[in-house]
Amino acid sequence: MPEPFVKTTSRVISIPRANIDTDQICPARFLKITDKENLADALFFDWRFTPDGKRREPVSFIDEPHNAGRQILLVGDNFGAGSSREHAPWALRAWGIRAIVSTSFADIFKGNALKNALLPIVVSAERYATLLAVVAANPDGEWSVDLDAQKVTLPDGDSFAFEIDPFSRTMILAGTDEIGYVLSRLPAIEAWEGAHPARIDTREGAAR
Amino acid sequence: MAEQPRTLVEKIWDSHFVASDPGAPAILAIDLHLVHEVTSPQAFTGLRARGLKVRKPGRTVATADHSIPTLDPSIPIADELARKQLAQIEENCREFGIPFHGKGSPTRGIVHVIGPELGLTQPGMTIVCGDSHTATHGAFGALAFGIGTSEIEMVLATQTLLQRKPKTFQVRIDGRLQPGVGAKDIILALIAQIGIGGGTGHVIEYTGDAIRALSMEERMTVCNMSIEGGARAGLIAPDETTFAYLKGRRFAPQGAEWDEAVARWRKLPSDESATYDRTIVIDGDKLEPMVTYGTNPGMGVSVTGRIPTLADVEPGARDDLERALAYMGLAPGSSIAGQKLDVVFIGSCTNGRIEDMRAAASVLRGRHVASGLRVLVVPGSQQVKKQAESEGLDEVFKAAGAEWRESGCSMCIAMNGDQLEPGEYGISTSNRNFQGRQGKGGRTFLASPLTAAASAVTGVVTDPRTLVAAQPSAVEAH
Repeated sequence: MPEPFVKTTSRVISIPRANIDTDQICPARFLKITDKENLADALFFDWRFTPDGKRREPVSFIDEPHNAGRQILLVGDNFGAGSSREHAPWALRAWGIRAIVSTSFADIFKGNALKNALLPIVVSAERYATLLAVVAANPDGEWSVDLDAQKVTLPDGDSFAFEIDPFSRTMILAGTDEIGYVLSRLPAIEAWEGAHPARIDTREGAAR
Repeated sequence: MAEQPRTLVEKIWDSHFVASDPGAPAILAIDLHLVHEVTSPQAFTGLRARGLKVRKPGRTVATADHSIPTLDPSIPIADELARKQLAQIEENCREFGIPFHGKGSPTRGIVHVIGPELGLTQPGMTIVCGDSHTATHGAFGALAFGIGTSEIEMVLATQTLLQRKPKTFQVRIDGRLQPGVGAKDIILALIAQIGIGGGTGHVIEYTGDAIRALSMEERMTVCNMSIEGGARAGLIAPDETTFAYLKGRRFAPQGAEWDEAVARWRKLPSDESATYDRTIVIDGDKLEPMVTYGTNPGMGVSVTGRIPTLADVEPGARDDLERALAYMGLAPGSSIAGQKLDVVFIGSCTNGRIEDMRAAASVLRGRHVASGLRVLVVPGSQQVKKQAESEGLDEVFKAAGAEWRESGCSMCIAMNGDQLEPGEYGISTSNRNFQGRQGKGGRTFLASPLTAAASAVTGVVTDPRTLVAAQPSAVEAH
């Protein structure tokens, strides 16, 4: 069962780039794993290391010592574009990220993030510009992200509300499992299936 | 009272809606779940931890495509992780009773190629897979979209998904494509226009004369890349072309059931007065072969065009463009045609079907690839491979100096050893040109099979129409 998540207070890592795709967040060669271990090391790997495996100079933001332990990302538009790999939110969570603030998220990434209690927080373009300025002026200021109150509080005490899917919010706050929820609705599913007989059976003459 | 006019998407949605609690997403029934080795292992682990079975193994089908080598299958798999992952999908399928079209099976192939060719993909279905290119199946008028591993586990456990109803986006392609211009050029032109986030939150329905004139395989190419425009799904209403493709396929309805199915499918197209949340219209007559120059699929131009300069794009996009061109090592303002190449990749779920093989072969027949160029032709499935070989296409490729491989995702995702080396330039018929997508430090130009094959001959990015002119019978018009 997932742990309930309500609120975090943390410094912020700002990556002011648009269209950060899943191949940047977690390159495909790290998808050969059959578990969820060691994915923190894969996060933004090719931004951190050259193709021959040397750490890039200057070091990537993710490897700067002062960024260790930060839980909030501030990123440009359309974060998580590309593949359906849940390894992307797994890698972000494994590294310690709990909330991502952007003007928009790719659909599949957003869904995957919510299922891993990684909060995609959508802000307007104006708000995003303001937040970039806030980080620039106070790079080590602590922000607070409160899922229960649906509110982000900035270092100077200013705050703003955010929208999030109400069902996902309930699930994350309680640490409840979506599969358990759907299985509790099994009678409705069986009723639907009774009225809609299967038209295919993939097992017929299966190639074995 | 007359029924509310509905779009194709709304009809499929309504017919698969199971239930919804106040404030909760709908529970949507899933007809077909496609599974592959890369995104599923953790979902099966989750099922075991919960003590659950696969609820509907007969609506589930699995294959191995992403991490499987395309070399001679008798060669042992060198990559230990890939070997373990491939063993695991086989074991998971055995344990949970899922039919597996695996190594050695004549029906193995890229998951989005085998679903249609087996006749599993049918109009009006809901189809999901842990792969963002699942929209491919939308070509049949199915609502098909990519899901993450948590959702794979959900579908395995319940044969449903929790979903919010998507918005609808009509993309109408009018007119008639010119010779040398194809489905890949339509979708690259669309994404160049709307941007890679342009379809976010929407399902695209492709309509218009230019779409109607496409074969099923070409329609699959268009729908396949819907996600590159940000749309989780893209679909095309079924018509006679769809029915003709499906008829007689292994899992397609037979006899009286076929007639009944066709009658049902004929009711699927969007009602004439149905409305979409958004519509754009593109003039198909004016489309030209497209090539990408940057590091996302929206960074594309006509093959006769120039790579943009910073002044050509919106101020907000300059940063992205500057970074992309630095990675690609390309000069702003230079022609896309004539850019040098090291590798050509023809294949993938976007362009790895038999018509793609034929298109590439039509250019390469009687020609030779440029000296020093590595050209990889990878069929999308073992059935595509067999068909191509029965037509002698493999001999055309080999005689031209290209490699002819076993089926798989191969260099599209570079998980199986087929990859660009750092700094290399490749022209590819696949779907993504993200940094490192085709290998660490590799640099990708996306294009159609015709454009890729023409470029293979010259060693530089080439307008296929320049070669077609020299050999008019080579490329059939639409």
